[in-house]
Amino acid sequence: MLGNMINKGRIKSPWVVHFDCGSCNGCDIEVLACLTPIYDIERFGIINVGNPKHADVLLVTGTVNQRNKHVLKNIYDQMPGPKAVIAIGACGCTGGVFREAYNVVGGVDKVIPVDVYVPGCPARPEAIIDGVVAALEKVKTLLGMTA
Amino acid sequence: MITKIVIAILALVLAPIAGALITGVDRRVTAWLQSRYGPPILQPLYDVLKLLGKEPMVTNTWQALCAYVYVVAAALSVVLLFIGSDLLLIFFVLTVGAVFLVMGALASPSPYSQVGGQRELLQMLAYEPLLILVFAAIAMVTGSFKVSAVFELSRPMLYDIPLMFIVLGYALTIKLRKSPFDISACHHAHQELVRGVYTEYSGPYLAMIEIAHWYEVILVLGFCGLFWSTSVVGMIVLVALTYLAEIIVDNVTARLTWRWMLKSAVGMGVVLTIVNMLWLYAQ
Repeated sequence: MLGNMINKGRIKSPWVVHFDCGSCNGCDIEVLACLTPIYDIERFGIINVGNPKHADVLLVTGTVNQRNKHVLKNIYDQMPGPKAVIAIGACGCTGGVFREAYNVVGGVDKVIPVDVYVPGCPARPEAIIDGVVAALEKVKTLLGMTA
Repeated sequence: MITKIVIAILALVLAPIAGALITGVDRRVTAWLQSRYGPPILQPLYDVLKLLGKEPMVTNTWQALCAYVYVVAAALSVVLLFIGSDLLLIFFVLTVGAVFLVMGALASPSPYSQVGGQRELLQMLAYEPLLILVFAAIAMVTGSFKVSAVFELSRPMLYDIPLMFIVLGYALTIKLRKSPFDISACHHAHQELVRGVYTEYSGPYLAMIEIAHWYEVILVLGFCGLFWSTSVVGMIVLVALTYLAEIIVDNVTARLTWRWMLKSAVGMGVVLTIVNMLWLYAQ
């Protein structure tokens, strides 16, 4: 019974931490827009925390380059499991227009496992919320809960 | 004796549930004040359940011990309040818990945790003299430091020591981590210190600290309730109004620096106490 309650809590309270991995700030502003009264993601129990140690979902925007791939890996490793990663925007998904640049590694999935990809340049707040919901669906199937 | 044990067990079980619901209502009202819809009332419970199920990660074992001591001290102080024990004993137990919270934060070299710990110490420096002054005033009215003595009064203490209620309000704001005194950690999305004193606690240990916070919410609201000890309805109305005022103050004020906090809290506290004591003496 306690296990079921904990699983319910996991679905109802995904805390997100946002890491700007060299984004142009377009996607970052859209991530922050989700917190505003118009979109109000707190009604789903989603809180934007500043600390990877408290977070369940890592939102990454922007391309990964040779300098910040270690930072990204470090932040991912600091998050206690179970955890999910969402790559946001064209750059986060694939590297975007910077893909061929000499210092760019590529999308977020080159460094850490990504669960959900949210495309767009920039991704719309609705799409980001949908991405978090998709990640939760994935968690549900992992936990063996039926939707 | 038997009734005391039953009350203690009830307090131990019901206090965190009540604290969680109050925190949930708090978040809903705050969202409403910010023209948002807000999370479900049960959200704090979901958060803690989720945190309990997370992988335990500590930077050193001291932190785990500190989280345990903090939650035990908070629970014990609530039990002591509900069985009508000594106010000073409650105060000391509460302080031990708070000190362990800070020790856990300082046990890690993280700068956010360190600054949060230092600020938490300053907060304790501000609210502890206020609590002692309030308890001393209660003792002057009742003639005893016992909580049970308050319930033997024939009229509410609020008539005799109204200014001490304001002093308690200051201590309440600091202890509940509400603006303008949320300088060491707060429940909103302010992130200049990440999570301040909570930064290095994660997973189940953060859940324990959250549960301890629920106990403390009940404890400080219990102190407020003592000011209208003659009727249950009066007590509930007083506590509800105080908490509503807390939420509004939280939403309309900006965070102060620690110097402002110390000056205003201790300064106001001492002045209000002297005025109230003189008035009580002149009566």
